[in-house]
Amino acid sequence: MNAKISPAATNRIEFRDVSFHINDILKRLIVSQVSLEIPHGETLVLLGRSGSGKTTLLKLMNGMLLPTKGEILVQDRSTTSWDPIRLRRGIGYVIQDAGLFPHFTVAENVGLVPSLESWDAARIAARVDEMLHLVGLDPREFAHRHPRELSGGQRQRVGVARALAADPPILLMDEPFGALDPVTRAELQREFSALVHRLGKTIVFVTHDLREALLLASRIVLLEAGHVVARAAPQEFLHLDHPEVRAFTSSLSVTPGSSA
Amino acid sequence: MNPQTTWAFFMDHRDEILGATLDHLTLVIIAMIIAIFIGVPLGMFIVQRPALRAIALGAASIFQTIPSLALFGFLIPIPFIGGIGKRTAIVALVLYALLPILRNTYVGLTGIDPAVLEAAEAMGMTRAQILFRVRFPLALAVILAGIRTATIITIGVATIAAAIGAGGLGTFIFRGVALVSDSLILAGAIPSAVLALLADFLLGLLERRLKVS
Ligand SMILES: Nc1ncnc2c1ncn2[C@@H]1O[C@H](COP(=O)(O)OP(=O)(O)OP(=O)(O)O)[C@@H](O)[C@H]1O
Ligand SMILES: [Mg+2]
Repeated sequence: MNAKISPAATNRIEFRDVSFHINDILKRLIVSQVSLEIPHGETLVLLGRSGSGKTTLLKLMNGMLLPTKGEILVQDRSTTSWDPIRLRRGIGYVIQDAGLFPHFTVAENVGLVPSLESWDAARIAARVDEMLHLVGLDPREFAHRHPRELSGGQRQRVGVARALAADPPILLMDEPFGALDPVTRAELQREFSALVHRLGKTIVFVTHDLREALLLASRIVLLEAGHVVARAAPQEFLHLDHPEVRAFTSSLSVTPGSSA
Repeated sequence: MNPQTTWAFFMDHRDEILGATLDHLTLVIIAMIIAIFIGVPLGMFIVQRPALRAIALGAASIFQTIPSLALFGFLIPIPFIGGIGKRTAIVALVLYALLPILRNTYVGLTGIDPAVLEAAEAMGMTRAQILFRVRFPLALAVILAGIRTATIITIGVATIAAAIGAGGLGTFIFRGVALVSDSLILAGAIPSAVLALLADFLLGLLERRLKVS
């Protein structure tokens, strides 16, 4: 029960025939019979429209939701048998709308998990600096601000820094670049994909932007209404013959200057 | 009522008025400390225990609904806590102050942006860590607003406590009514009004400083 997510073990995540429904009278299925293997070191991109169940899949991986049917294995152990606190300390999570703590400074937000893990203050401070540099925020300018003193995009970057701070072997990222302008976004995407190759982490990255998926993914999984409807490497994904895939690829072909 | 005679009366009796004001304040402070030490932890507790929530909030609101003079009346015959004097008064004041503190603690702790609580959970914080490091600091301004309301109520109700021999500024008011002396009534009324306004102002100031937007 007390095992930690260990960096040495293979950071595999596996969904075995997982279904999830909200516990109300309707018993509406949010996730339906998902089987999925995310091998160690992969950057899996979950692509899907709004409401297709992407966030729900992430929450199933870190035990914030437990499956109604089937099981999710993290490092070969079911999320139901993990100590939830230990499981989550080993999984960095970038929350969709940043979810920063409004009463903490940027530095305190980023240093939260290290402080929960009882690192000493000097090590936390050094790590916070390193992480802020990584996401392109100058610590001297930003470390002591509160989230309300940041722009939406800066908040998101703090969210990314916070998720990376304790160097978790697994990263779940829920539209981490959603609130950024296209230029900064492209910059961060490039840096991030370089980083990913260096870090060797297992990453699940949520987006509804196909371009972003193609750039970052080692594999793309497409969700539609709680079902996995397609999975492929980026190069192959564009050529799949599925209506939902086509719906997404056609969104790519809108080029500037083209008239309707 | 003649302002000059009232002023002269105040000057002649300033030691007694000051003494009664301090008595009054002491009564209020003791009652508030006890009410905070019961109300805040109880409020934190019922966040985790939905079953107790209705009972605790219901009981506190019953106490607050009972007219104050009647509540003093009910307490007097009760052994240990009852009788004539300060102790009964303090018990009654605590019961009065409890509802705003309890309710605001509960509301403050539960009215936090769900995304923030979700983040705390996702970072692997334990329930206790979420309560003390996220919920409580974010609820502090709301809790303080409850303490402010409770303090003002207590300053007011404490004037009535004079009726059961608890002393304080109410003594002047009751005596003034009996002797038909405006000056005597005002010797109780003015300082208690000033106390209430001052408490409102100072606690309001603190509350604004603690607010996290
Ligand atoms: N707590 C809940 N209660 C009821 N329905 C829920 C709850 N959480 C999610 N849902 C529903 O489940 C479905 C999937 O939600 P989810 O948040 O996983 O979508 P998503 O793919 O992340 O969407 P988006 O891109 O808009 O973030 C949606 O239809 C949503 O309304
Ligand atoms: Mg989502």
